[in-house]
Amino acid sequence: MHSAALKGRSLWDDARRRLMRNTAAVVSMIVLALLVVLAVAGPVLAPYPFDQINKNDVWMAPLTGGHLLGADALGRDLLARLMMGLRVSLAVGVVATFVSLVIGVIWGATAGYIGGRTDEVMMRIVDILYSLPFIFFVILLMVTFGRNFILLFLAIGAVEWLTMARIVRGQTLSLKQREFIEAARAAGVGRVAIVGRHIVPNLLGPVVVYVTLTIPGVILAESFLSFLGLGVQEPMTSLGSLISHGAQDMELAPWLLIFPSVVMVVTLMAFNFIGDGLRDAIDPRDR
Amino acid sequence: MLRFLSRRLLIAIPTMFIVITLAFFMMRAAPGSPFVGERRLSPEVERNVMAKYGMDRPLIVQYGAYVGGVLRGDFGPSLKYKDKSVAKIIQQGFPHSLLIGGLAMILAAVVGVSLGVIAALRQNRAADYTAMGVAVLGVCIPTFVTAPLLVLLFASKLGVLPTAGWPAATQPLSSAWRYFVMPVVVLSLPQIAIISRLIRAGMIEVMRSNYVRTARAKGLPESSVVFRHALRGAILPMVSYIGPATAGVITGSLVVEQIFQLPGIGRAFVTSALQRDYTVVMGVVILYAALILLLNLAADVLYAMLDPRVRLS
Repeated sequence: MHSAALKGRSLWDDARRRLMRNTAAVVSMIVLALLVVLAVAGPVLAPYPFDQINKNDVWMAPLTGGHLLGADALGRDLLARLMMGLRVSLAVGVVATFVSLVIGVIWGATAGYIGGRTDEVMMRIVDILYSLPFIFFVILLMVTFGRNFILLFLAIGAVEWLTMARIVRGQTLSLKQREFIEAARAAGVGRVAIVGRHIVPNLLGPVVVYVTLTIPGVILAESFLSFLGLGVQEPMTSLGSLISHGAQDMELAPWLLIFPSVVMVVTLMAFNFIGDGLRDAIDPRDR
Repeated sequence: MLRFLSRRLLIAIPTMFIVITLAFFMMRAAPGSPFVGERRLSPEVERNVMAKYGMDRPLIVQYGAYVGGVLRGDFGPSLKYKDKSVAKIIQQGFPHSLLIGGLAMILAAVVGVSLGVIAALRQNRAADYTAMGVAVLGVCIPTFVTAPLLVLLFASKLGVLPTAGWPAATQPLSSAWRYFVMPVVVLSLPQIAIISRLIRAGMIEVMRSNYVRTARAKGLPESSVVFRHALRGAILPMVSYIGPATAGVITGSLVVEQIFQLPGIGRAFVTSALQRDYTVVMGVVILYAALILLLNLAADVLYAMLDPRVRLS
């Protein structure tokens, strides 16, 4: 018991403590956990498959005919479709963010650590790419190569890595002056190992914050494309494509617009509050 | 100043060049020919069509011709509307998009600055929390959610505003304005949210600065301190937000013009994208890129003019 009492508090313990005191962030984490459970388990447990067409249930209002949230123009159960759409949107958000994370961390850490001319060239490339209207290139990609799911992940991820690269580079520049890096270098550790084993793990704080703020951005981008008819294709669905179809039928069946919109907004808000909470917890100077 | 301008232009030129090149080669990398539509063309007809659009020449020659055309403002013909050029489609749609986008930017600036100033002056009180709550909602509710919900409320249920459409040129302004209300409001909401947060943060910082304390010490009335002294400093972050705001309004206009059936280039862009009218899609992307670059540059110049502490170099 003595040893526990003497145990020091790490920076991460402090951060966790601060995060748990932030009501908005804690509530958002609970909400998000529920949404994730719904997205993962929901489509399996739902009484109707998400793509089952029920001829007799067309435009069924919520709470009638065994459809908790009603049915759409083809009599498909909205609850089942909503959970499936949520699953797709969350998956796109996580996978595309992961793509951007990998590219951004490697690019930024390399530029920052090597420095000099390499840094100059690599960051100038980021500057130029930054000024391109990328969402339009994603649209162009979707138009020219068809609506491919994997391509969608990659394209959105490739758009989002630029900010990540800038953040990581900035952090690396300050980290590489520190004594422990000097020590590693003196001990004869190679460049790749220094970046991989010493620099990258210490970048975690700002990167985690940015990741939680990138996921809603990606979900938004995918929904935007799906709304325009360029994202996922029927009968597969996402929050954006549900909202898009709901908007077409809203006079007849407003629930088809309202429920997906609410889920979308709640999801985005949860991520934003968690991101803000994490930023305040990890870097309290910014408050 | 001159050196700064020329350096920025030197970055802008390769950027535009990359935009044009990427757009061109992505279009050419597309599987199948753009003329494969509902009807199968016989190989002979297809060859003739390809020759008509110069697509039978070597790729590099076509690329040169396209770049040359773009420099002269000629984006080639539309592949779907035989009698229209891309330039013509842009000419017809752009004024409409510019009007709606411009109005949205003005509304966003006015409302965003007001909300931000109120929130900063009433920091950590009810008005502040209300304004910032509105700002969070504005960021989290995408345009493709607000637009149909507003239509449902104000057009379908209350019937006070038209569902969609563009007023006829003959319609007097006294009734035509109703068509603009929802598109402009929807487009400006996310910008209002971001601008009000920027202004609030700027105001809170500036109100603590020495020159504001000096103004107070001189015995100036509070309104003069806030509006003539503090606001000038606090408004600067908004100036550098002009570029990203333009990009946001353009992206939003794709959705808004679609929902409200406005005859702008946003809608032309989406329609062309769905119909695989490659030349139109490329032309509009190039125009958007140029617009965003130009406004970013304008924002930097404006910033330097407003803030004498910034020396452009």
